[in-house]
Amino acid sequence: MTSTLTISDLTKRFGEIAALTGVSLSVAPGERVALLGHNGAGKSTLMKIILGLIPMTSGQVTICDAAPGSAAARSAVAYLPENAAFHPALTGLEQIRHYLRLRGESPSLAMGLLEKVGLAQAARRRIGTYSKGMRQRVGLAQTLIGHPRLLVLDEPTSGLDPVSRREFYALLDDLAAQGASILLSSHALTEVEARTDRILILSKGRLVAEGSLADLRRRANLPVTLHVTARNGYASDICAHLPESILVDGALHLTCPQSEKLETLGRITGLGDKVADLDVLPPSLEDLYAHFSRGPQP
Amino acid sequence: MTRILSTAGTEFRIALRNRWVAIALVLMAVFSLVLSLAGSAPTGGLGVDRLSVIVASLTSLSVYLIPLLALLMSFDAIAGEAERGTLPLLLAYPTAREEVLIGKLLAHLAILTLAVLLGHGLAASVAFWTDENALDGLPALARLSWSSILLGATFLGAGYALSSLSRRPSGAAGLAIGLWLGLVVLYDLALLSAIVADNGGWFTTEAFPIALIANPADAFRLFNLTASGATAAAAGVAGAADAIPLWQSLTSVLLWPLVALALAAAAFRKVTP
Repeated sequence: MTSTLTISDLTKRFGEIAALTGVSLSVAPGERVALLGHNGAGKSTLMKIILGLIPMTSGQVTICDAAPGSAAARSAVAYLPENAAFHPALTGLEQIRHYLRLRGESPSLAMGLLEKVGLAQAARRRIGTYSKGMRQRVGLAQTLIGHPRLLVLDEPTSGLDPVSRREFYALLDDLAAQGASILLSSHALTEVEARTDRILILSKGRLVAEGSLADLRRRANLPVTLHVTARNGYASDICAHLPESILVDGALHLTCPQSEKLETLGRITGLGDKVADLDVLPPSLEDLYAHFSRGPQP
Repeated sequence: MTRILSTAGTEFRIALRNRWVAIALVLMAVFSLVLSLAGSAPTGGLGVDRLSVIVASLTSLSVYLIPLLALLMSFDAIAGEAERGTLPLLLAYPTAREEVLIGKLLAHLAILTLAVLLGHGLAASVAFWTDENALDGLPALARLSWSSILLGATFLGAGYALSSLSRRPSGAAGLAIGLWLGLVVLYDLALLSAIVADNGGWFTTEAFPIALIANPADAFRLFNLTASGATAAAAGVAGAADAIPLWQSLTSVLLWPLVALALAAAAFRKVTP
């Protein structure tokens, strides 16, 4: 299957400042891709170029075989801007009805969309009275209009409570199952971890890492952390057998490289009854992110 | 077409809730009533019907009021969307920028039309109530109505252009007031002082008529005064109305809305959200 979004060697300069340098990526139908990066790493710029809102300096972008910003591309793409905003004098229902008509859909679908994002109760209230989370839901509702082939979501879950986030990702799963591609940026790394197929890390306008979470873990080769809880009185005994460990609140913390993980586990199980519990903590996405964002690796 | 109408409907609703509709209607109604009730003194034995005299007064009022109303409604159109953060999402939708502009124009023009019709309707009622010959003035009033709406369209377009150029509502408001002062107030003063300094030379005979037609507000005033033969009631630069053929001012009145809208489209196309 051909990809929904293909970007090759994309460069964007604002005067002397390079916002994006040589970025290449593709997103397949039904794929959920997370775009990670610091503030100013170029995430929003990349998204605006995909949407055709700002021109690129060089490179190539195609969305469903169309150029970004063309009528065909715009009808295939749904967008949720960071901090979605709407006119405060309109009600949620009026705003969604307007968006439906702009996409050539029937405005009678508006209430159903608002129900999907849990806003049915507030549909006839002015958006000016909404909380930030409610405005974000209006933004989500408008991305569900029609059958977008690609969803570009800039920080989609900011302002949502944990329950709403889970509902939101369930909506995305449905869309992806129907073949829509999803490109989202997020600061909430833990939720991205569980809910996306692939991760892209952008740092200073360059794509520094790309792959599934397992891929990135293997490539970064960050140390594994082990937490050992000793039975009463045996802490110092275990300490003696594991000289690299440190005692924190009655538990022993130690780290070891990926390659020595099994050997270290073997040494701990060899201690037998002295060990009450053992937790193995793989490097978190935060660690991976910090690792890849640090710049070119030796 | 659906997209343009939907934009127009949404904009009209917003204007209704922001009280712009009420403000425009009340302003036009109050000024028209005041002019038609108080401006009755000069009729006397001139042999001119009551409504024609009111139309001459309304023309002078409209030159100031219509551009002001149009600019007040339009300065926020693009800059406001940019500041609220609604512009990127709107432009990501499959709708052309021209469609957005035309939709907004339709809504704002509908409000101006309502205000003009209400004001002129009230003025006509007053005239009919006090003078049975007032029917004679109806063509002049109708002409004033449609040319007022075209004048409004010109300044709405200019407002959208300024709104696109400044990208911030406060900046756009400043530019709009500047444009109003410049074209409606200072322009005439500058022309008058130039004529005085020129003392009947090249400027007065050649440049001055062109300068009058080039300004949409002056062209509007000239057109209405020439057409109704009311130059006798005119003062200031409008006294020149006799010297300029009707078709010239009419062309200016008809062309300016298109020019202003083209300028607005060009400026809006340059906006990157």
